[in-house]
Amino acid sequence: MKLIYEKSVEGRKGVKIPERDVKHYPALPDNLLRKFPAGLPEVSELDTVRHFSKLSKENYSVDSNFYPLGSCTMKYNPKALEEAAALGGFRNLHPFLCYSPSGKHSISGALELLYNLEKALTAVTGMDEVSLQPMAGAHGEFAGMKIAAAFHASRGEERKIVIVPDTSHGTNPASSAMSGFDVITIASDKNGEMDMDEYKKNLNGSVAAVMMTCPNTLGIFNRNIREVCELAHKAGALAYCDGANMNAIMGKMRPGDAGFDIMHLNMHKTFATPHGGGGPGAGPVCVKKNLADFLPGPAIIKGADGGFSIIKRPRSIGRLAPFFGNFGVLVKAYAYILLMGGDGLADASEKAVLNANYIKAALEKFYELPYKRRCMHECVFSASKQMEQGVHALDIAKFLIDRGFHPPTIYFPLIVKEALMIEPTETESLYTIDEFIEAMKDAAQEAAEDPELFKRHPLSSCIGRLDETSAARKLNIKYPEK
Amino acid sequence: MDIYYTKDHEWVKVEGRRGIMGISAYAVKQLGDITYVELPEVGKEITKSGVVCTVESVKAASDIYAPVTGKVTEANSVLESAPEKLNESPEDEGWIAKLEISSPDDVNDLMTPDKYKEFLKSLE
Ligand SMILES: Cc1ncc(COP(=O)(O)O)c(C=O)c1O
Repeated sequence: MKLIYEKSVEGRKGVKIPERDVKHYPALPDNLLRKFPAGLPEVSELDTVRHFSKLSKENYSVDSNFYPLGSCTMKYNPKALEEAAALGGFRNLHPFLCYSPSGKHSISGALELLYNLEKALTAVTGMDEVSLQPMAGAHGEFAGMKIAAAFHASRGEERKIVIVPDTSHGTNPASSAMSGFDVITIASDKNGEMDMDEYKKNLNGSVAAVMMTCPNTLGIFNRNIREVCELAHKAGALAYCDGANMNAIMGKMRPGDAGFDIMHLNMHKTFATPHGGGGPGAGPVCVKKNLADFLPGPAIIKGADGGFSIIKRPRSIGRLAPFFGNFGVLVKAYAYILLMGGDGLADASEKAVLNANYIKAALEKFYELPYKRRCMHECVFSASKQMEQGVHALDIAKFLIDRGFHPPTIYFPLIVKEALMIEPTETESLYTIDEFIEAMKDAAQEAAEDPELFKRHPLSSCIGRLDETSAARKLNIKYPEK
Repeated sequence: MDIYYTKDHEWVKVEGRRGIMGISAYAVKQLGDITYVELPEVGKEITKSGVVCTVESVKAASDIYAPVTGKVTEANSVLESAPEKLNESPEDEGWIAKLEISSPDDVNDLMTPDKYKEFLKSLE
């Protein structure tokens, strides 16, 4: 397929902008005008529509097929949520209305929604207060670690270290480092849980927090989290829960009850809002009471008359996003929670876990399973058996494209050699999951029979096997090249 | 020059207080095609087991740890434009940094080539 720039014809236009006919207004001053044209492709409206319609057909989404991308919770996003977010009363609000006395009545519904969403999230997590501002999971983590820093600073303590097990998501150490902490990584034991002896050895008065992804990136629920939190508290440190994998435990276990002080959620994973190509997302940060003053952004309070208003939090770590973050995403998340109800959320988690365990059991004979335990919402295999034939996780991923499936996450988590991380989510039918299992079995068989042929996949996609090494070494994203 | 290995698959060749470090053939094989090496700055103080620099491959970005405490005296700038050198010759032309070693005793708990070979077998 040609780039849209290659379809450009000099002088062709999609839109004709009329001459300026408001002569009594002065023209823009010279210093604000372009010195040379913007370098956009010159195409007609039809060229543009066809180009992007074709591109969209080459795209792969959860609306078209199964998307078992581990660590991403690519569940189906019910269309009713889109309708809720498109309601005029939400969609047409101007954010500045929060600051206008006359705007108050038009935003009271929006504030009520946000307030109710916060309350719903405290019910799911067992935490006390929430800020909806962060715009992604990692953004929520960053907020959480800034809160930890502010908390220790408020007590006059200087704590520089964050402990992170090696099964935590990569954003955990990154967010800690971004917030100015030094990270100590603790290895996992043979059960896929943080080595408790190593943890205890590293826990001391300079530790600000321990940061656990729960369930962890092996799809394993750490049975020691209560003790992990207790020990952290004894040492004067806080316990942080990366709740991006909440899809495994909703209605079953609340991180707040286990002793965690801070956590974040990923709306775009657990609460069925779309993963919009890296955004917009929402990663609310939730805390226990003693940390509530530090939350980012303003708080929404309910007055005695039942009305809602916004107040500044005096000790807040500050704003992390304009207004209330990605409001439209939050509307969808709230609609999802209402649609499901408490029992529905618990049922979603049960089915997500059941589906992952079903796949695990079906494929255990064909792929090495490094941690032989019941899994939660995802299961992690290793392609180490296949590697004996020279076939890698990457080759298996490419094979699946030919079978119409999005590849699972590969080479993550890092502690599993040749990792294949599969997360089916609750929204897939048994039929689809069985088809996927068949494809994975065929992959194992074909890889064993003819490894050389196997490595040529995908054969049926719009472009064939890409040379990923050259693409990374000689990255070229400029057109024209000069 | 004596050569030693760490459990994280770095090697260091030592002559008195001077050292050269890189990552082992095994490490490179695990990483797959290396696409980018973020070299350490010359003069950077490094602590044993602390991060020296980062290597990116088609699979992942990985931290490279210091086998000894000391200072970086030179970085292999060839790797900037030709990261594939690390795949082709990890324990020779693909060296990462030259070091001034603070305490020569640091190598005492590292592995000799034979010990390292045994260690690799235990990972199978
Ligand atoms: C466990 C976990 N934590 C955090 C994140 C980061 O979330 P985001 O990509 O929205 O920043 C992810 C994303 O995949 C995740 O899987």
